[in-house]
Amino acid sequence: MAKRSVVPFGPQHPVLPEPIHIDLVLEDEKVVEAIPNIGFIHRGLEGLASKRDYKEFTYVVERTCGICSFGHGNGYVHCVENIMDVEVPERAKFLRTIWAEIARMHSHLLWLGLQADQLGFESLFYEIWRIREKVLDLLELTTGGRLIFSVNQIGGCLKDITPDMMKHILEEMDVIEKDLRVVQRTLMSDTSVLSRTKGVGVLTKEQAHDLGACGPFARASGIARDMRKLGYDAYGYLDFEPITSIFGDCFARIDVRIREVFQSIDLIRQAIAKIPGGEIMNPVKGNPKGESIVRIEQPRGEAVYYVHANGTKFIDRYRNRTPTFANLSGLCETLKGANFADVGMMVVTIDPCISCTER
Amino acid sequence: MGKVKRSPWLLHYDGSSCNGCDIEVLASLTPVYDAERFGVENTGDPMQADILLITGGINEQNAPVVKQLYDQMPRPKVVVAVGICACTGGVFKDCYNILGGADKVIPVDIYVPGCAARPQSIIDGIIKARDLFQKRSDEHDEYERTHRGK
Repeated sequence: MAKRSVVPFGPQHPVLPEPIHIDLVLEDEKVVEAIPNIGFIHRGLEGLASKRDYKEFTYVVERTCGICSFGHGNGYVHCVENIMDVEVPERAKFLRTIWAEIARMHSHLLWLGLQADQLGFESLFYEIWRIREKVLDLLELTTGGRLIFSVNQIGGCLKDITPDMMKHILEEMDVIEKDLRVVQRTLMSDTSVLSRTKGVGVLTKEQAHDLGACGPFARASGIARDMRKLGYDAYGYLDFEPITSIFGDCFARIDVRIREVFQSIDLIRQAIAKIPGGEIMNPVKGNPKGESIVRIEQPRGEAVYYVHANGTKFIDRYRNRTPTFANLSGLCETLKGANFADVGMMVVTIDPCISCTER
Repeated sequence: MGKVKRSPWLLHYDGSSCNGCDIEVLASLTPVYDAERFGVENTGDPMQADILLITGGINEQNAPVVKQLYDQMPRPKVVVAVGICACTGGVFKDCYNILGGADKVIPVDIYVPGCAARPQSIIDGIIKARDLFQKRSDEHDEYERTHRGK
């Protein structure tokens, strides 16, 4: 038997800007076991619920993560709206959908760039981030913020998208789609990308199901599970199908995420075509009392939110199960038997968001 | 902005930030904002880095990591705290696990506020850090000359 050695991955590692520590037990070049150690970014955000007004707490929740910021805020306000039985205006539902999809595009493009960088494809990384800046410009135009928008509040939205802005969004979508087609063609047919990702890090459908994987990571293994199909916000009015792949390897994960960007473009077009007029905010009075649990599809997968309120202006408990936490066990399973040189790439393919995971 | 004698290398570490400032640091290095035109270069190795960009506050678990990264960097070095969390703790200041800003464990030279800090202000911080690095580098050379006769 070959000699065993332990090599640490992280917390400071060039592959990933975020700190995650994985102890890799190696036998020569093969990984035998991967032991994750998280907690470097734990802030104790959930504990702040007892120190902040329940409306103010929306802004704290949005700062769980800078990438999926809109989704977190959305999940929390959904919980409180359920408890307080607030009817959200139809227009606000569509606005939330549009922003959620633009945020998904921004998140997926960010990840695609990091993935290209990880594969050593520096020029493609720059190209993808150039496209992503267009998406960020749209967010800045409509919300005023590049990453953290704070446009959601309990009862509706704080800002509206004017018809001029809608027109501009549609124009930009055409440009982004055209640019992305070129990126898709390049990334999906490049020989070195294919040889590094095809058949690497396979997670079978059974494994994905048993380990509770979610989001694009599970969809790449053939599980057609997408929380948007629950029909929250305006997703019930839109026509789409979850994007899946049957291969379950790193290539399938890249493929699924690229196709999801196109799906988001399609959803934004549908939402803008169907958006009704009217109010965007229903005023909320009083304090919440009761409990609620909500599932939201974040860019990285299914996120679960739980709020328990006691009738005062401070809520008792806020809990958040994030997608990366669910995917970590799947990652450690795929790392077993992998080549040491592939570890960095495989960690990136689950689209880890450690800030969400550790809060 | 004077003439640069050396190109300082950047090291970026995510303390306990929400990722917002991290991706803005990355965005400021990509061609749209292109911080590299000011003669800096991003690196992953603390032993080759001259400027440390730290985002996010300090907590119990990452305090030794940040301290170690700072100690591994060669002298002279400059620390830039990017984002309000790295400056003071920001919105998470009252959280039970946050000790405060980055200056709780390492000396910080330049504070870049914002939530999330915009690429423009990060680049502003990088330029200030570069000039400070140049100054410290000159002082270091002067010291070597007068005290050690090199």
